[in-house]
Amino acid sequence: MSGPLAIALGGLTEVGFWSGVGVLAGIYTLLALGLQINVGFTGILNFGQAGFMAIGAYAMAILVIDFRVPFLLAVLGAIAVAVAFAMVIGMSSLRLRADYFSIATLAAAEAVRMFAQNAQGVTGGNQGLYGFDRAWADASRQIQDWLSAIGIGDANGLLPLLLVVWLVALVAIVALRFLQRSPWGRVLRAIREDEDAARSLGKNALRFRLQSLAIAATLGALSGVFLALNLSFVNPQAFEPQASFIGFAVLILGGLASYGGVAFGAIIMWTLLEATRFVDLPLSDTQIASLRFVLVGALLIGLMAFRPQGVFGKRQEMVLGD
Amino acid sequence: METASLTGRRVARPSVRGRLPRASRPALVTAGAVAAAGLALIATHGLHDVAQTALNGVSFGAVVALGAVGLTLVYGILKLVNFAHGDFLTFGAYMAFVANVSLGLPIVLATVLAMAATAVLGLAFERTMWGPMRERGAGMLQLMLMSIGAAFVIRYTIQFFAGTEVRTLGVDRTSVVEVLGLRIGQTALIAGATGIVVVAAIGLLLRLAALGKRMRAVSDNLSLAETTGVDTRRVIVATWLFAGAAAGLAGVLFAATANVKPELGFELLLPIFAAVVLGGVGHAFGALVAGLLLGVATEWSTLVIPSQWKLTIGFVILIVVLIVRPQGIFGQGRAT
Repeated sequence: MSGPLAIALGGLTEVGFWSGVGVLAGIYTLLALGLQINVGFTGILNFGQAGFMAIGAYAMAILVIDFRVPFLLAVLGAIAVAVAFAMVIGMSSLRLRADYFSIATLAAAEAVRMFAQNAQGVTGGNQGLYGFDRAWADASRQIQDWLSAIGIGDANGLLPLLLVVWLVALVAIVALRFLQRSPWGRVLRAIREDEDAARSLGKNALRFRLQSLAIAATLGALSGVFLALNLSFVNPQAFEPQASFIGFAVLILGGLASYGGVAFGAIIMWTLLEATRFVDLPLSDTQIASLRFVLVGALLIGLMAFRPQGVFGKRQEMVLGD
Repeated sequence: METASLTGRRVARPSVRGRLPRASRPALVTAGAVAAAGLALIATHGLHDVAQTALNGVSFGAVVALGAVGLTLVYGILKLVNFAHGDFLTFGAYMAFVANVSLGLPIVLATVLAMAATAVLGLAFERTMWGPMRERGAGMLQLMLMSIGAAFVIRYTIQFFAGTEVRTLGVDRTSVVEVLGLRIGQTALIAGATGIVVVAAIGLLLRLAALGKRMRAVSDNLSLAETTGVDTRRVIVATWLFAGAAAGLAGVLFAATANVKPELGFELLLPIFAAVVLGGVGHAFGALVAGLLLGVATEWSTLVIPSQWKLTIGFVILIVVLIVRPQGIFGQGRAT
């Protein structure tokens, strides 16, 4: 960062700051991995990832609170709901041209948020939902005990979440890389490069695209669950479409068609966004929040103009160029 | 082919069946559906309520149409899906607020200034971003994400300076006009009428004037239009001026009937997209008809479901249109 921003660098050496950044980076790694398989490897423009995130968080919270489902089972249930929603959207809209699909997914995510806002009986409306994270609080305390037994202190109680979210993210990255090298992954790329050629080889393009969207929904739902645990509440404001586009900034920063790049992009992105807190100017909270989104927008414009393939991406993988 | 003239890949499959002329069949089906819904509502809720909600819907729909006409022209002619278009409306509304409330200028003058400022904003983005990117042959994903970046920059720069407070323009918000037993706010009436007249005028201009012909040529094939002597730069500049001014006006009209806030344009973006798709990308008149239909459907829905759900009708229509007839009521893959 250059320019007139005077940054008090003292904050950057705090453990609490970095564990906060780390948790958010982990959550957005999961979110953007879903975008990577869709946009980077399959060539479908999913602009509704925030919708899957919201469904994951809400479905988990509702299952735990209203149906008293054990937490881990509720997470599986939440993934199932998100995947079912992805199937409905995919079956109806994946045949469309890419630009129409992006509009349809953005609309679907907004519809989810409006449902969360208006169906007060189910979702708590603008008040949101609380009290779904008791099982996690117990597990978190257990992990903290183990950590202090080996001499690691925890400044703000985020270390357990940090460890678990990155464990899941790393498992996801390894699994996706493995999948991408499999015959299935090669078919995805073939569809992205030339759908007609793939179809002429007997590959059902729609089915592969649906599978890709289902994986994105799974990752989106997981990121929503972790976001809910991080906030310890869910409400509609936490799932505005901005989340999808912070995810896109993460994706492009890391580079298209690179799963490892997503993690890199997420860490850079959230370090930048959280560092805006230390901007030493007489600004209100609203102004700082605004500044963060101006930064995201400027980053998207700058990357698209000067390095659309991102830091680790390969130019030849940018096939959405027609 | 029907929709092949737009950006190529994965063209939505047109469902052309039967013997009716291509454009008129979906239009007839739509008209029939609207008439049936209207009659059903009259039977259950009475003529007065149906007419009253339809009137409210036309007023709202006209503003949506005005927002949609700029988006549809840019989409059709420049093949740019401009997700920042909603924030052009916000920009116009805030410019009018500054001129009208902060500087104390009369609302009409403030509106004209806001339109001019928004047109300049559109042109500025064309000069600095879209033009250079087009010359470099940027892909669709690149342009879409840049437009989202532009949306963030516009909206949150406004929020940085103006804050999140909800403000109002200095217009008459209490006077009510009564026609045939129907009541409508004076400002809403003016906003609706202005919207309809301006969109219709833009549509006529594009159909009759030479500029409209040149726009259609650029829309079909930019490089071919250039080689046949069309001054494509002027066409592009004209497109942005129309789109920006119409967006600015739509923002002011919406702000006059509701309020001014940083999310104003983004909240209208999806109804506007619904009108663009329903009317057929590139069609000014399509945007008008679709905007009005959308407004009426939105308000009619309040007769049947709680009014907090009415904005979801826009999404439902958008999704249904995308599934059933993605090229819209009037679309044949042509722009304007």
